[in-house]
Amino acid sequence: MRDEPNSVDDLLPLPAATFHILLALAGGDQHGYAIIQDVEARTSGDLRLSAGTLYRSLARMVEQGLIVEVAKRRTTADDERRRYYRITPFGTAVARAEMRRLTELVRLARASGLTPETA
Amino acid sequence: MMAGPGRPAVALYRALLRLYPASFRSDYASELTRTFEENVRDRGRGAAMLTAVADVVPNAIAVHWEILVQDLRYTARTLNASRGFALAAVLVTALGVGANTATFSVADFVLVRPLPFKDPDRLVRLCEGPREGGGWGCMNELSPANYRDVATSTRSFEAWGAFTGGDVNLVSTGEPVRIAATRVSAQVFPILGVSPLVGRVFDSTSVADAASVVLSHGLWQSHFGGDDRIVGTTLRLDGTPYVVIGVMPASFRFPGEGVALWLPLSLREEDFLDRRDTYLQSIGRLKNGVSFEQGRAELSTVFARLARDYPETNEETGFSFFRQRDYVFPRNRLMLLALAGASLCMLVLTCANLANLLLARAAGRERELAVRAALGAGRDRLVRQMLTESVALALMGGVAGVLAAALAMPLLSSLVPPTLPIASEPGLDRRAFAFAALFSALTGLGFGLIPALRVGGVTGFSAMREGARGGARRQRLRTVLVAIEVAVSVMLLISSGLLIRAIVRVQAVDPGFVPDGVVTLRTALPTPRYDDPARRANFYDRVLTNVRALPGVEQAAYTSGLPMVLTGGIAGVAIPGQEVRSARREGVGIRFVSSQFFGALRIPLRRGRDVEDTDTPNRALVAVVSESFVQHYWPNTDPIGKTFEIRSQTRTVVGVVGDIKVRGLERTNEPQVYIPAKQPPDSGLGGLYIPKDLVIRAPRQGLAIVPAVREIVRQVDPEQPLSNVRMMAEVVGDQTATRTAQLRVLGALAILALLLAGVGIHGLLAFTVAQRSREIGVRLALGAQPSLVARMIVSDAARMAVLGVVPGLLGAYAAGRAMSALLFGVRPADPLTISAAAALCLATAVLGSVRPALRAARVDPMSALRAE
Repeated sequence: MRDEPNSVDDLLPLPAATFHILLALAGGDQHGYAIIQDVEARTSGDLRLSAGTLYRSLARMVEQGLIVEVAKRRTTADDERRRYYRITPFGTAVARAEMRRLTELVRLARASGLTPETA
Repeated sequence: MMAGPGRPAVALYRALLRLYPASFRSDYASELTRTFEENVRDRGRGAAMLTAVADVVPNAIAVHWEILVQDLRYTARTLNASRGFALAAVLVTALGVGANTATFSVADFVLVRPLPFKDPDRLVRLCEGPREGGGWGCMNELSPANYRDVATSTRSFEAWGAFTGGDVNLVSTGEPVRIAATRVSAQVFPILGVSPLVGRVFDSTSVADAASVVLSHGLWQSHFGGDDRIVGTTLRLDGTPYVVIGVMPASFRFPGEGVALWLPLSLREEDFLDRRDTYLQSIGRLKNGVSFEQGRAELSTVFARLARDYPETNEETGFSFFRQRDYVFPRNRLMLLALAGASLCMLVLTCANLANLLLARAAGRERELAVRAALGAGRDRLVRQMLTESVALALMGGVAGVLAAALAMPLLSSLVPPTLPIASEPGLDRRAFAFAALFSALTGLGFGLIPALRVGGVTGFSAMREGARGGARRQRLRTVLVAIEVAVSVMLLISSGLLIRAIVRVQAVDPGFVPDGVVTLRTALPTPRYDDPARRANFYDRVLTNVRALPGVEQAAYTSGLPMVLTGGIAGVAIPGQEVRSARREGVGIRFVSSQFFGALRIPLRRGRDVEDTDTPNRALVAVVSESFVQHYWPNTDPIGKTFEIRSQTRTVVGVVGDIKVRGLERTNEPQVYIPAKQPPDSGLGGLYIPKDLVIRAPRQGLAIVPAVREIVRQVDPEQPLSNVRMMAEVVGDQTATRTAQLRVLGALAILALLLAGVGIHGLLAFTVAQRSREIGVRLALGAQPSLVARMIVSDAARMAVLGVVPGLLGAYAAGRAMSALLFGVRPADPLTISAAAALCLATAVLGSVRPALRAARVDPMSALRAE
């Protein structure tokens, strides 16, 4: 039930959770709970993804081809096999495009005299 | 793994995860559980559990929704790619859903739905009837005295009201019109519990109500433009002024459809004198908590006492008592049930056909599905996706089906019995839409489930290996489905065939007169204006003389009642020297007719003479009787000159005519007595017996003669309306109208079923031939004759047909027995019908196999072998 290949622009703007997951995976393959922790640390605790939101996002991102599941592997001897996720080149392209979109937005905001401090 | 204390929380969490679709669960459940365990470790059990609930519920809904959207998008793509399949599936579903929605709406409307009155289940109707009970509906009307005794002495009922029908002439602006009215006692409206839309209804305490009238919504709209100020205005009905006191809502009908206004029924003391004078019907309301049977028991005590107290009049008088809801001819009920049954058959057929379509399609998609399964799509996910597709198809078919039902509805309106206080044509409403949705869902699941499970069951590798040759089991399944289609068509064909035979039989019944070329119309003379017999005689004479003088008119006559329209009008007779017989048991049909009546209807005169214009009150009192009358009272003797007593007068028989089917083609009839219209009984004529129907034999003009007749009547009495203008042939045709309507629907279903079965056989064989082209190629290469191969395919078709015909015959026999009351004597095992239906099915099967057989014969051995 894989959808037709998406073009980068079709996916923008990205949902916040998706963007954060892509950022988390940009640094290397991770399993689910590690992604949650990574996102939480990266946002200084502002965003804690719930498990449901995380796996729903992961499922959709796999469908969209942003990420792939990589072979399960053991982290420690007593651990069960876990699913690891890896960002695809398409995923990286989409993350970059989203970044450009956000940068452009910020540039426009600054040009109109808005600064974060006055918010 | 978690240590001991976390276990119950984890079990709870796992249960919660069941909210997710199975495919999502199988991918992520263990991951989610691990995350949950880590959460418990980091934040404590309570907090983790709370977050989990708030997390799982919305996300599970979201996942379901995302899959649905994805599947629908996929469905749209695949259906767009195979439009022929989609169109066929939608049309077939529309057929099944449409037929069912239409018939079930009518059946629901007539048989199930509560009547539009307050607490309708407690409404009951009462009439007189045979002492020993039995019969259906209102057997005899009530005399006022018997009615009063019931109303005052029963305890099981809150109230009783009486009513009696009767039409009135309304003279307002323009042409005078004849409209249907009902006289009701003051209790009737409160018993029904419906409030007027405007104004008020009759009030038992108000004396002034004697000259008041309540209008129906229809008359209010058509004649008075829905004017709110109508209350207080005066109408002239039959020449008497009445004040409008109220208007009923549009949904109010009593006692049936078409009543335009209600007048007060007031009984005077002298009305209670004669218990034989029966003209009332009664409606009552059972007390709360009193059962229908308790009511009946009390009534039977009351009628037993009346029989004891008034043996002269009531010895043989019993009662007929029924729920208002049940006032549906048993035949109408049976017809509706038969149609509902046929529609259900149609639904089965639809499902079988669609399942076959889908199986064929699934076979073509097997490789694709297997590839997807191999790529990791779970079985659950594939099944769900297939079901989404079939349900989407079914819903599209359902929408088309509702449209089809809306178109079919008017066809079914003649199946609504006129005896119920409901509209004559049911509309499609919320309940109908609910039916349609239900049937669509049933169809969608019915035809989607089998193929989906079959596909889901094929494991990836074996399907890939087997390729398109997937399995003899599916072939068997498809053969069974085709056999079901054939069985259903056989059942429908035979049932329709039996009904056709029954209609032909009914239509072959000789009514005893020749209806063709006869125009009938009614000039109902109002009383008291026409109470004087001489005044009436003058009206008839002038109208008849002028009508007979019109060019093209062969004969014209007046009668007190047209055959098959007025079915009652029964009187008792006494024969000198013979034991007095009961009017109840051995009544005769009595009609008051002018001269030329027998000629106009071509009722053969067997002996003696016709009624003549010279049969006036000051001449000898005479009568013409029917042959069965002679048979009954004076068998094997010459009746001319013999006398008998009827309505307290002694009359001499001057003529004998053939019997006619007064009550209708399908009913037994009393002997008939015809009395000259100019010799009414001394006691006067009740409204029923005043001649009112004009019959004109004018074969060349037909209805074109009506304007001239209208002008003649206008010149004689400008306030006298004409009504009920029809051809006599139409009146006779009405006898089979309900049957014809039922047959039309059933016949259409049967033909469609046959076509579908034929298409099913064709589809299956075409598929088989394509599958077996290699095997056929080998046979041909080894020297088999092409004609032999073709014959093999045709015999396959015949085998499938026989497989379906046998159970179909059994089903048809059962259906025929169940509806034997509709068959007018045709046996359910009628050999002609059965062999015709079976032959038709076999022929369809063979026809369906012609193309695949030819294709098989033309298989090129070399290319078939190379293709592998």
